[in-house]
Amino acid sequence: MKNKLIQRLALAAGTLLIGGSAFAQVKIAYIDPLSGPFANVGDAGLKGFKEAAEILVNQKGGIMGQKLEFTGFDNKGSPQETQLQLKAAIDQGFRFVTLGNGSGAAHSLIDAVNKWNARNPDKTVLFFNYAAVDPTLTNEKCSFWHFRFDANTEMKMEAISNFMEKDKKIKKVFIIGQDYAHGHQVAKYTKEMLAKKRKDIKIVGEDLHPIGRVKDFAPYIAKIKASGADTVMTGNWGNDLSLLVKAAKDAGLKARFFTYYAGGLGTPTALGASGEGKVLQLTEWHSNVPTKTTEKFEADFNKKYPGIYFYYLRVNNMVQMVAQAMNTAKSTDPKAVALALEDLRFQNDTGEVWMRKSDHQAMQPLYISIFTKKDGKTVKHDSEGTGFGWKTLATISQRDSQMPTSCIMERP
Amino acid sequence: MEFVVISLLNGITYGLLLFMLSSGLTLIFSMMGILNFAHASFYMLGAYFAYQISTLIGFWPGLLVAPLMVGVVGALIERYGLRRAHRFGHVAELLFTFGLAFLVEEVVHLIWGNVAVDYRIPVELDGTLFTLFDTDFPIYKGFMMLISVGMLVALYALLTRTRIGLIIQAALTKPDMVEALGHNVPRIFMLVFGGGTALAGLAGVIGGNAFVTEPGMAAAVGSIVFVVVVVGGLGSLGGAFVASLLIGCIQTFSVGLTISVTDVFALIGIVLPEGSQVARLTITQLAPVLPYMLMVAILIFRPRGLMGARES
Repeated sequence: MKNKLIQRLALAAGTLLIGGSAFAQVKIAYIDPLSGPFANVGDAGLKGFKEAAEILVNQKGGIMGQKLEFTGFDNKGSPQETQLQLKAAIDQGFRFVTLGNGSGAAHSLIDAVNKWNARNPDKTVLFFNYAAVDPTLTNEKCSFWHFRFDANTEMKMEAISNFMEKDKKIKKVFIIGQDYAHGHQVAKYTKEMLAKKRKDIKIVGEDLHPIGRVKDFAPYIAKIKASGADTVMTGNWGNDLSLLVKAAKDAGLKARFFTYYAGGLGTPTALGASGEGKVLQLTEWHSNVPTKTTEKFEADFNKKYPGIYFYYLRVNNMVQMVAQAMNTAKSTDPKAVALALEDLRFQNDTGEVWMRKSDHQAMQPLYISIFTKKDGKTVKHDSEGTGFGWKTLATISQRDSQMPTSCIMERP
Repeated sequence: MEFVVISLLNGITYGLLLFMLSSGLTLIFSMMGILNFAHASFYMLGAYFAYQISTLIGFWPGLLVAPLMVGVVGALIERYGLRRAHRFGHVAELLFTFGLAFLVEEVVHLIWGNVAVDYRIPVELDGTLFTLFDTDFPIYKGFMMLISVGMLVALYALLTRTRIGLIIQAALTKPDMVEALGHNVPRIFMLVFGGGTALAGLAGVIGGNAFVTEPGMAAAVGSIVFVVVVVGGLGSLGGAFVASLLIGCIQTFSVGLTISVTDVFALIGIVLPEGSQVARLTITQLAPVLPYMLMVAILIFRPRGLMGARES
C-alpha cells in the first residue's frame, strides 16, 4: 500500500519534471467562472478550448512543433477575482490569457493587462476575448493587447434591428437584461437602433435584474405579459436565460424572444416544444449551417462530453487563428503574435474571419435563426436532444456586419 | 387586474417556499436558542439527496426519503457537534454553524462538482394546472403550495395536538422543569434539530427542481431566510408564516412596479435632484434589496419582530 503510494508520487513528480522541461508548450490561461452561478458556462467553454486545441492544432502539427494547452483559472465571475487570477497565471509563466464571460470581468482584465504591459515591457501578456461583447472594449477602451473573436453588441443589434425592421408583426418590444455593462449596452443599442429604423415600434418596458441571482423569473414574466409586449429582447446568458425562458414557458407567455445565446448551455432543454417558432438567436454559427468539417467536430465533441453540447464556433476560430498567427510570426512572443493577428484573414467553415487592425474586432458572417422542429432537411440536427433545432432565417455577410469604430489605439 | 392576481399567486408560492425554509430555523431557535447559520445548507442537501434518489428510484420516493436523510444528518450533527459546542456558550455554537455552512458547501463541491446537476420536475407534474386571464399556472407550483400548506397543518397539529408537541412546547419555556419531570431534554433538542433540518430538506426537494440545484443555492437563500425569521419575530412560527408571505409578495410586486425612486419620494412631497444615479433607480431594480430594508426597519422600530415573543 505504502509502496504503491510512493510509486505514484514518484510518477507524478516525474511527469511534472518532464512536463516542465522536455516538451515546451504554448500555454493559454482560461480565466472564467468555474464555480458559482455560471460554472456550467465556464466549464463548457474550457472543454471547448481543450478539444479545439487538441483536434485543430495539436493533431495537425501544433505550433512550431509545440503543443497548445489551455489551463482553467476560476474567476468566479468576479472582476476583482479576475485580477487575482491574472496575477496567478502570470506568476506561473502564462503570457496569453482568454476570457469570455462577463463584460465586467473583461473590463477588469483589459485594465490589468494594460497596466502590467506598461510596467513589464519585456514580459507582456496578450488577452484573447472570445465572448465579452461590450462595444466599448473595441471603441473607447480599445487596447493593442486585446483581440475580440465574437461580434460585439453594436454589430449584433445592427443585424437584429435590420431584421426587425422588415418584420411588421413587431409592434411592442420589452427589453430585459442582466444589470451590468452588457445588459445596459443591449438595452441602449436596442432603443437607439429601433428608434432610427422603426419609429412605430413602442418600447413597452425595460428591466435590469441582478445577474446570476434571480432563480424565479415568474414576476418578470408577469410584468412582460402585463405590458402587452409581442417581442422580448434579451442579451441574457447561462442560467439567467434558461430560467427566463423556463418561466415564460410555465406562464404560457406568447411573445417572441430575440436572444444572443439561446443556442446552448441548457436553454434549448428549458425551451422544449414551447419554444417552437418563438425563440430566435443571432450567432456566428449553429448546427444547421452547412459546413464541411464542423459537423464532424460537433458530433465527436457531443459524444466525448455527454451532457455538454458543442456551441462555440468562435472558440475554434480563435484557437486556429492564434495558432496561425504564431506560426506566421515564428514566435510565441505576445507582441509578435499580436502584430501577426492584425489583419489576419482566416478561412473557416462558414466563410472568412477577418481581424480588423484598427480596433482588433473580428468580422465574420452572422446568422439569425429560429427554434424549429427537426425535419431532417433544413433542420437536420436538433439541439441538446430536444427534437428541435435552429433554422436560418437570415444570413449577414461579413461585410454587412461591420460597424465603424472610434478606437484610437496606442501601439507599443 | 390580471397582473395583480398573477403576481399574488407568484408571491404566495414563493412565500410558502420561504416559510418551509424558515419554519425549521425559527423552531430550532425558539427551542434551543441557536441561530443556525447552516440552515440553508440543509436546504441544499435536501435538493442534492433528492436529485441522487431521483436518478436511482425516481422523484416520489425521494420526496419522503431525502428529507428523512437530511433530518438524520441534522440530528447527528446536533448530537456529536452542536451539543459539544454548546458547552462553550452561544458564540461557540454560532461559529460552529457558521463553519458548518462552508463545510457542507465544500462537500457538495467535492461530491457533485461545481456545475448544477440535472434535477428535473417529474413528468407527471410538468404541465398547466389552470389558465387564468390567459396566463398558465404550472402544476408544479400548485404542488409546491400543497406541500407547504400540508406541512404547516401537520406541524401545527404536531405541536398542539400531540404529547410530544406538548413536551416540546414546555421545554421551550421551562426546560429545567421538563427535565425534572423525567423527560430527556437533550434528546428532545436533538429531535427538534433533526426535524427542523428535515423541513429545510423538504423545501430543498421541491425547490431544487423548481429552480436550480447548484452549490451556490444555499448562499442564495441563506440571508433571505434570516430576514423572514427576524421580521416574523425570532421563535414565532406564526410570525414566520406571515413574514414569508409578506416578503414573497413584496419581492414579486416590486418587480412589477415601473415607478422610480424619484416618484416614490414625490409621493411624500420630496423632490429629488434630477439626474442623480439613485433618483433614476426603479423599484424593480431595488426589488432584491427591499426585504433587507424591511428587516432593518423592523429591527429599529419593532426589534421583537411582527409576532415575536422575546425582545432579543
